[in-house]
Parts: sequence; C-alpha cells; structure tokens
Amino acid sequence: MTKTKNWVEIGPLKDIQPKGARIIKHVDGDIAVFRTSDDKVFALDNKCPHKGGPLSEGIVHGCRITCPLHNWVLELETGLAVAPDEGKAKTWPVKVEDDIVYVELDDDVVMVEG
Amino acid sequence: MKKQKLVIIGNGMAGMRTIEELLDRAPDLYDITVFGDEPYGNYNRILLSPVLAGEKTVDEIMLNDESWYSDNDITLRHGEGKRVVEIRRNRKVVITNDGSEEPYDRLLIATGSKPFMLPLPGADLQGVIAFRDIKDVDTMLAASKKYKSAVVIGGGLLGLEAANGLMKNGMSVTVIHLLDSLMEMQLDDAAADMLKKSLIERGLKFEMKASTKELIGKKRVETVLLDDGTRLDADLVVMAVGIRPNIELAQKAGIHCERGIVVDDTMLTFDPSVHAVGECAQHRGIAYGLVAPLFEQAKVCANHLAQKAFATYKGSTTSTKLKVTGINLFSAGDFKGNEDCEEIVLEDKKAGIYKKIILQDDKIKGAVLYGDTIDGAWYFQLMREESDVSEIRRTLMFGQSHVGDSGTGGIDIMSMSDDMEICGCNGVSKGDISYAISSKGLFTLDDVRAHTKASSSCGTCTGLVEQILMATLGSDYSASPSEKALCKCTEHSHDRVRSAITSNELKTIPDVMKFLDWKNPDGCASCRPALNYYLLCAWPMEYKDDGQSRFINERAHGNIQKDGTYSVVPRMFGGLCTADDLRAIADVSDRYSVPEMKVTGGQRIDLFGVKKEDLPDVWSDLSEAGFVSGHAYGKAMRTCKTCAGANWCRFGTKDSTGLGVKIEELSWGSWMPHKFKFAVSGCPRNCAEATIKDFGVVCVDSGYELHVGGNGGIKVRVTDFMTKVETEEEVLEWAGAFCQHYREDAHYLERTAPWIERIGLAPIKEKLEDDKVRKELYERFIISQKAAQIDPWKARTSGKLKKEFMPIKDLVS
Ligand code: SRM
Ligand SMILES: Cc1cc2nc3c(=O)[nH]c(=O)nc-3n(C[C@H](O)[C@H](O)[C@H](O)COP(=O)(O)OP(=O)(O)OC[C@H]3O[C@@H](n4cnc5c(N)ncnc54)[C@H](O)[C@@H]3O)c2cc1C
Ligand code: SF4
Ligand code: FES
Repeated sequence: MTKTKNWVEIGPLKDIQPKGARIIKHVDGDIAVFRTSDDKVFALDNKCPHKGGPLSEGIVHGCRITCPLHNWVLELETGLAVAPDEGKAKTWPVKVEDDIVYVELDDDVVMVEG
Repeated sequence: MKKQKLVIIGNGMAGMRTIEELLDRAPDLYDITVFGDEPYGNYNRILLSPVLAGEKTVDEIMLNDESWYSDNDITLRHGEGKRVVEIRRNRKVVITNDGSEEPYDRLLIATGSKPFMLPLPGADLQGVIAFRDIKDVDTMLAASKKYKSAVVIGGGLLGLEAANGLMKNGMSVTVIHLLDSLMEMQLDDAAADMLKKSLIERGLKFEMKASTKELIGKKRVETVLLDDGTRLDADLVVMAVGIRPNIELAQKAGIHCERGIVVDDTMLTFDPSVHAVGECAQHRGIAYGLVAPLFEQAKVCANHLAQKAFATYKGSTTSTKLKVTGINLFSAGDFKGNEDCEEIVLEDKKAGIYKKIILQDDKIKGAVLYGDTIDGAWYFQLMREESDVSEIRRTLMFGQSHVGDSGTGGIDIMSMSDDMEICGCNGVSKGDISYAISSKGLFTLDDVRAHTKASSSCGTCTGLVEQILMATLGSDYSASPSEKALCKCTEHSHDRVRSAITSNELKTIPDVMKFLDWKNPDGCASCRPALNYYLLCAWPMEYKDDGQSRFINERAHGNIQKDGTYSVVPRMFGGLCTADDLRAIADVSDRYSVPEMKVTGGQRIDLFGVKKEDLPDVWSDLSEAGFVSGHAYGKAMRTCKTCAGANWCRFGTKDSTGLGVKIEELSWGSWMPHKFKFAVSGCPRNCAEATIKDFGVVCVDSGYELHVGGNGGIKVRVTDFMTKVETEEEVLEWAGAFCQHYREDAHYLERTAPWIERIGLAPIKEKLEDDKVRKELYERFIISQKAAQIDPWKARTSGKLKKEFMPIKDLVS
C-alpha cells in the first residue's frame, strides 16, 4: 500500500482550551493536539520521549510543554526535548481553517476510521 | 536602529558571567566586543588547582570555548597584542597594545586581580612565578619534570593548593609563612594546627614565622634565603602572598578608585557609561576574591546593562573550602567572633575533628569545620538566611542529621568511590556528578540538577550533591535561598512576588507577570502553579482559579500514574466510615472495573488505575454516595489521621476521633503551599503518629498538646512543641490560624518542616500566641475556606468541564 497523506478534520478550535490540549485516539497511539495562549496549534504523539508520559496532561507555556511525569520540557514545534535533555516526540502537521483544526495523517489510518 | 556597542575588558570569570546573564535577558541589545590578554576562551580559574594536581585537564575546565563567542555574535579579541592599555573616556574608545582602537557606548571593566609579587632581590630570576593562570600552571608542570625542589611563599588557600599540586608532581616542597598559623584568613589556630599536621604527614615542609630575604641564583633561582639565615634549595619559587585588584587602567583613565574600582549598588563606576565587576571592583569598601560574590555582581550588572533596572547588589557572605583532595576543611563568615558572640566548639584531636560555630543573637555568624565538613552547606545556609537557631541549639553541633531527620546525614563524600550511587531515584554516581561539574562548567545545585538529574526528584541526596560541589569547586554557588529567584522566568524571589501581589493588588497571572516584567510571557511549569496559588491565597473570594496553571493532578483531581491512568481517593473524615460508605466504594470499583484497591497510609481507600475518560462518572457516583474528594493529589490539606481515642481505648484521655473529624471538617479543601497533614492521638502513646505531621494534636488528661512542623516523608522530622490548650475550640482556632499563617508566609512547594527550619519556630509562636493576631489569622482562614470547600468533583461531572476529559476525536472505534 502506498502511503498517501490526508488532512483529517479534528474539531473546532474552541474545543481546545488556550494553554490546553486534547487527544486524538489513533491506532498507532494517541496524538495530542495543543493550543497555545496565542492560538497556535501543534500535534505530537502523546508520548514523552523520556518514559512515555502523556504529554497532553502537561502544562503548556509559550510553544513548549512540560511533561507531567518528570518535568521534561519539549518544543511543540519540533517535538525536541529542551537541553540538557535529549529526545524527540513525533510531530504531525496541523492547520486551522475557519476555526476547524485539521491534522495530516497517513492515509491507511484514515481507512481504519472508515 | 543601530545597536549600542558594549566593550568588555577582561575575558575572565566575572566578565563572561555578566555577558551570559545579559544574553539571557536581552540577547540582541548590544554589539559586543571582548578583550582578553590570555590566549584562551573563558575558563574556570578555580579549577587550576586540580589541573596542577593532575586531577583535571585544561580542556575540562573551559567554561566558554571560542565557538561560544562566535555562536553568540560576540567579537573576541584576545591573546598577544590585545591587552587594553588605555581607556579614552572623552572619545569613548579603548586602545590595545598593538595600537588598535575600539569605540564603546558602554564599557565593562572586569580585569580581575594581579598576584602580588614581593619586591625581593632576585624576584626577576627565572623560575620565580605566581599562581594565577594557565601559563603559570604550565610553567610549574614543566619545572616539576626537570627539577626537584620548590618553595611556595605564602601559607594561605592559594599557596597550600599550589604546594600540594607541586608535591603531587613529585617535587619536594617547602611552604614559607609569615605568621605561625596557616590560612589565618579562614581558620582559627586550632583548625590551622590540625591542617598543618596533616599536610606534614603528606610530605609538605613548613617554615613558619619566617620571612624571605632574598632569592639567589645565576639565571634561574637556586636558593631561598630567609631573614634568620636559613637557606632552602629552590628550583622553582611560587609567590602566593596575596592579590591586588587590577585597577591600573581605570586609574589612568581617571575613574575613581580606592583599593579597587569604586562601584555603587548597581555596579556602576563614577563614570555613568562604565561598569566594573569582579575582583577589580570595590563595593561598599570590599573587593572580593572569591567567585560566588562575583556571580552575584554579574547578575546585577547584567540587569542594568539590559535596562531592566531594579536589581541591586548588597554585598555577599562567603564560604571557602580548601581544594586539597583528602583534606576536609570548611570556613564561612566571621569565624573569630567578638565579645558579643558565643562559641560552640567540638574538638576530637585523635579523630582529627574540630568544629566551631559562632553565634550572635541566636543566629550563626560564622563556622570553621575541620575533618568533618558534612554540615558545612547547612550551617552556611542557616547563616545566609539568618535563621533563628535557638530551638535547635542543643544539637546544632551534631549536624543536620540530628535535628530529627533521617536524610543523608553522616555520609562523608570524600571517602566515597566514584562509582558509588548518590541519587537513588535517577541512578547517578559520584563520578558522574564531579565529571559534569568540571566538564560542563556547573556551579550551582540547580545546574547539577539540570545536567545530571541528581537530586532533582525526591531531593534526599541534595546534601551529598552540595558536598560534591563544595569539594570540587571550593564552594557551592547557589544563590541564597531566601533571595533565590522564583524560577528562570523572573529575577524576583517568592517573597517579593507575594508582597507585590498584595501591595499592588495584582489579581491575575498576566497582571503579575506584566507588573514584575516576567521574561517569558506565559511563564513556565514552575512559576504558573506558584502564582496561581499565591493569587488564590491573597484573594480567596475574587480570584478565578486558572486550571491551565495547575499540575495535572489538581486539574484531574486524581493522582496521575505512570501509565497515564489516575488514582481516586474519596475523603473519609478522621478515618471514620460506615458500612454504606464501604459498599458505595465497592460498587464504584465494580462498575468501572477498578484494577486495584488499597487502604492508604492516610486512613482511607485508594482506587487505582481509573481511566481519564471514566473519571467524571466515577466522581459523580461517589458524590452521589456523599463523598467529597480527598485531595490526595493536591498541594492541599490531605488527611487528619486519628486513633481510637477515649470512646474505645482503655488509655484514651479525649475523643481523638471526634476531634479529628472536626479538624478535617474545618480544613478540608484548603489549598496550601504544599501538602498538609493533621493527626490527633488520644494519649501520649501517639498511635496516630501526630508528632510527624504538619500539625499534630496529642491529647493528655489536662488538655491538648499542639505540635507543628513534622514530616514523615523524605527527611523524617519530629514536630516542635508549640503550646498546650484546654478546649477543642482552642485546638480548632490554633489549627486554623497555623494553617493560615503557613499559607500566607511559606514559599510555594515548601512544606511546614523546611518552612519552620528556614524562619525558625520563635517568630511563628510569637504570632500565634498573640490572641489578636491568632484570631485574625483564624478569621482569614474561615473566609478562604468558604471559597475552597466546594467539592471539585461535583463541579466536573457534567457540561464543558466533563468534555475536557474525553478525546476530541476517536479514530479507532
Ligand atoms: C497512596 C499513598 C500510599 C499508600 O498507599 O498508603 C501515597 C502515595 C503517594 N505519595 Fe505519599 N502516599 C501516602 C501517604 C504518605 C505518607 C503517610 C501519611 O500521610 O501518614 C507519607 C509520609 C508522611 C508525610 O507526608 O510527612 C507520604 C510521603 C510522601 C512524600 C514525601 C513528602 C515529604 O514531605 O517528604 C511524597 C513526595 C511529595 O509529596 O513530593 C509522596 C508522594 C506520593 C505520590 C503522590 C507520588 C506522586 O507524586 O505521584 C504517591 C501517589 C501514588 C499514586 O500513584 O496514587 N508521599 N505519603 C498514601 C496516601 C495517603 C492518603 O490517603 O492521602
Ligand atoms: C589557583 C586559584 C584557585 C582559586 N580557588 C578559588 C576557590 O576555590 N573558590 C573561589 O571562590 N575562588 C577561587 N579563586 C579565585 C577566583 O578564581 C577569582 O575570584 C575569579 O577568577 C575572579 O574573576 P574575575 O573575572 O574578577 O578575574 P579573572 O578571572 O582573573 O579575569 C580577568 C581577566 O582579565 C584579563 N585582563 C586583565 N587586564 C586586562 C587588560 N588590560 N586587557 C585585556 N585583558 C585583561 C586577565 O588576563 C584575565 O583573564 C582561585 C583563584 C586561583 C588563581
Ligand atoms: S507510593 Fe510513595 S513510597 Fe511508594 S513508590 Fe510512590 S512515592 Fe514512593
Ligand atoms: S515521561 Fe515525560 S518526563 Fe518522564
């Protein structure tokens, strides 16, 4: 199967609180969708590169998230851990159009949904 | 707009620290040029001693290598020809010895000190040097390969470290000292004697009360001649008799100097465009010769350079430690005292232990420790914070491990091997920590925490990490905790933030951040929860709680588990329960397939492994059965543990269970700086363990004994006795008042035990014993409880708040 990408509608932006996150249930593991205080939106695997903590439950500050389990800080844009920690959470492309959030997922995943 | 030009003279520790702090605050404000006459980046001068002793390499002690300058767009002009020889203030330029000029808008002088060279006949012979920089160390190492005998003039800190290093390189070393006691700036006679003895055992030789007359040799030095006619063989002479602030340039430029370049509390010289920091500066009459004060100066100076002018430098308290491996020696503050001071001394010659603490008005003024320096950091902390030590005076001398805590007291870091584990939570060894300190250029406990994770979890090993810092760097440069900035987003301390909130009526997190000029507009995961709490405490009836600034446990009203599920603990007032309560909990457990239940150490039941999306329904069912949240997850009032008491127990003197329920009814729901636990025991057998709780009541026949500041956790601390009262009403009033005082005074995440150790029991007692003050505190507690005693579970079982617990989209089912 060739993997094509597909923008999937997630829901209205207002359903995510500023400095908050909601999760998408996904066959390959949950994806966390974050909204910052200035309404930027990011999507990352909901799995901290340290010991798999649920990033969606952390505290959002600027374009960063602090993991709730042991306080690693990750850049929302790149998923990279802030030094001196090292690691990366997978990031997903996101866009907001007419106040609706979309995340670009692999096509085969969308087929599961269907 | 064209950037202003900032020029720094001196590429050393104080100057570069100022630049680091400046880049942190205002990275793009200046076009920066640095002049240095040493041909290196910036290195950790302190660690030259271990380099000389062969314990570290030069590469390991670099703080900022040359690429750091280019990475930060800083022009570095260093080495041959780049010594600044003149400052022309009328034209605002500096001139180097190769003739080039550099204009400045602002100038920072950080030229350090010059070693003082005794003007002796023969002082210009080859092989006569100081101990100040990498070049000196290279000269010493080269000499030790070729020659045999060395003489060090000066038996202070620097001289002894030089002598030890040369001896370790195989030379035969004699130390000449003018007085009859070594390190007289840091040690009293008793400690100095012990030090001398152990250095002699290691092979050093001493000429005490001796002064040098002449250095003799043809081209290279060969002999040292003393005043009394003694001749010593010497192929190398190291002068370590003192340093002088390097002020020549400033003096020539007409900037006001005394011993050093005179600066005000903002590190500004008499010329408003010229700052000075480091050993060359003289502040309130003192020119410091240690790194810790220089770092504090650097911070203040950077603040003003960044045009965030509010910080002031008020002088520093310093401590020192001799960096000779195997010798434990610590000295801080005024170790000699005066007629208004008292001394506590412990001396055990055979075991090689000597300790002296100087007290004045119940506060530590100074300390000298020899042989056993484990508690150096603790005494130093008590000293800097000016803690009242009257309550712990009797055991003060025996160290922190004797004030009723079972932390890491009694472990001597020096005798540990490198592979021994220091941090049990994160598996970090002693070797990992000391390697990180030198190779990554770490200075403070926070640095070590960030880089190695040691001491960043439960904190039990903090004392050990401080000892390693002390042993490696000669001191721990962590800012004194009372002034410590709340987090990296601000310069302000907890206390300043709290007083700004109340005195300026700041009522939201953004207001506080704006008013206090927060560096990151959103703050971080450390400051936001603290600010949320401080606001809530200051404005209980008005403040709108900010859920996004709370740690997940307090948002989800459960404890997050390692697999992302939650544990739920319903409150059982005083540990009492009915068959119906237990049935209701059992039903919930069945209904939501709770994987495990457990009776907690807080006398109630924990339901483990609840999925986030089930939380609202679990709560709703428990709520229906009459339960409220147990706050087992929060920085809040947790439990009130009780015993059987007079209703059943043959020894019970009072109804401890009933009183416990009343206390819990009074205090449940209250948000605190940290968690807070009560207990009530029915008699001194103390089955409820009241004497290790934040507030413990022990019932006796004649009334109620009230104890405070206990802790059963990481460091066990037994409570301090506060008072005895006669009625239950009084117990409740004292309990509420104590809670409120703690809520209003302690730093966020500071439990009652460390809070009391920081400020002392006496001032707390004084407040609560004053009837008027106590009643006012109690009243404020009652008011804040009106807003706090709303069951958080009920509020979240429906509507928008419930939605927060569900996925926004489900692509699986
Ligand atoms: C559930 C319980 C253990 C048990 O099954 O008995 C428990 C469980 C936890 N304790 Fe505790 N403590 C529990 C009683 C205690 C006690 C005993 C007591 O309260 O009498 C103590 C020592 C007494 C004390 O606090 O002084 C205790 C001292 C700690 C500490 C160390 C606190 C300290 O000041 O040193 C921590 C760490 C912290 O709070 O930072 C901690 C932290 C924790 C955390 C919350 C760890 C965390 O941050 O995730 C644990 C949550 C487990 C989970 O996943 O649900 N727990 N913990 C107890 C709940 C009591 C309750 O009903 O609320
Ligand atoms: C061997 C040794 C051990 C020490 N141990 C300890 C210890 O255990 N604990 C402690 O707290 N402190 C210790 N110190 C002291 C500590 O190193 C100094 O306090 C600190 O380095 C001073 O910093 P500074 O920036 O003021 O001066 P420096 O670090 O000396 O920096 C000044 C720099 O300016 C350069 N410079 C001077 N004039 C000019 C000019 N005209 N043009 C260009 N460049 C110029 C110098 O070459 C130098 O590089 C020790 C010092 C030594 C030498
Ligand atoms: S419940 Fe307490 S003692 Fe047990 S592992 Fe967790 S924090 Fe440690
Ligand atoms: S799992 Fe995220 S910090 Fe440990």
